[in-house]
Amino acid sequence: MVEWTEQERSIINNIFSNLDYDDIGPKALARCLIVYPWTQRYFASFGNLYNADAIKTNPNIATHGTKVLHGLDRAVKNLDNIKATYAELSVLHSEKLHVDPDNFKLLADCLTIVIAAKLGNAFTPEIQATFQKFLAVVVSALGRQYH
Amino acid sequence: MTSLSAKDKDTVKAFWAKIAPKAGDIGRDALGRMLVVYPQTKTYFAHWKDLSPGSAPVAKHGATIMGGVGEAVSKIDNLTAGLFNLSELHAFTLRVDPANFKILAHNILVVLAIQYPTDFTPEVHVSMDKFLAAVALALSEKYR
Repeated sequence: MVEWTEQERSIINNIFSNLDYDDIGPKALARCLIVYPWTQRYFASFGNLYNADAIKTNPNIATHGTKVLHGLDRAVKNLDNIKATYAELSVLHSEKLHVDPDNFKLLADCLTIVIAAKLGNAFTPEIQATFQKFLAVVVSALGRQYH
Repeated sequence: MTSLSAKDKDTVKAFWAKIAPKAGDIGRDALGRMLVVYPQTKTYFAHWKDLSPGSAPVAKHGATIMGGVGEAVSKIDNLTAGLFNLSELHAFTLRVDPANFKILAHNILVVLAIQYPTDFTPEVHVSMDKFLAAVALALSEKYR
């Protein structure tokens, strides 16, 4: 079971309550597709991903980025039960979407970078540690139902 | 891992020219972050009195590391040959597990995102990520 201190809960809630999902979601997903181009394999039906500019302006990617980021809300609201909360989503990613779970970490890293750029020096080492701990738990839960 | 394209090298050199004046600060911040976010890395610095971000040993060593990265930029066309001595140092004396190169690289990228939010575009990010991976590979050359 993951243990969260009061400070960690507060940090996580703070980050998400001040988040512009429509800005950060698209930026994180676009960055993932550009920095780790093999992740584009899951988005063949999304239209033009031919170069970085195309990815950054692709409306389907933007919509999906926002959706994925909102997917984290469930974890924020259920910090003490993330594994169970994501059981269904994990099955979806495995059985239906066939996403290699290693990709979750890649997106998590890109999200960390985008949040760091947004918060600047307010993204202290302690806040970074808490945020990365949170994402690691989410990533683990999403990979849990793969068999 | 792929080798660096001409575009990657140009991107890295141009971005490095921009950030070089603050290289020491970047190194200090990245190393400090790594020790907090990945506590297992503290095992390499048990001989330091103070491992907190911004402490004297962290600041000094962060600057040393970024000096090495700067050297790598200047030797970008042949990292294996250019980083020969540093590779021997890491292989035989320091014996840092190469997994940690990736961890430090991640923290350098986080600091670059913080300090250069508009300049650290996805295109710059991918080239820098590839470059740091290539540096790590060159540093691991002599390990076995």
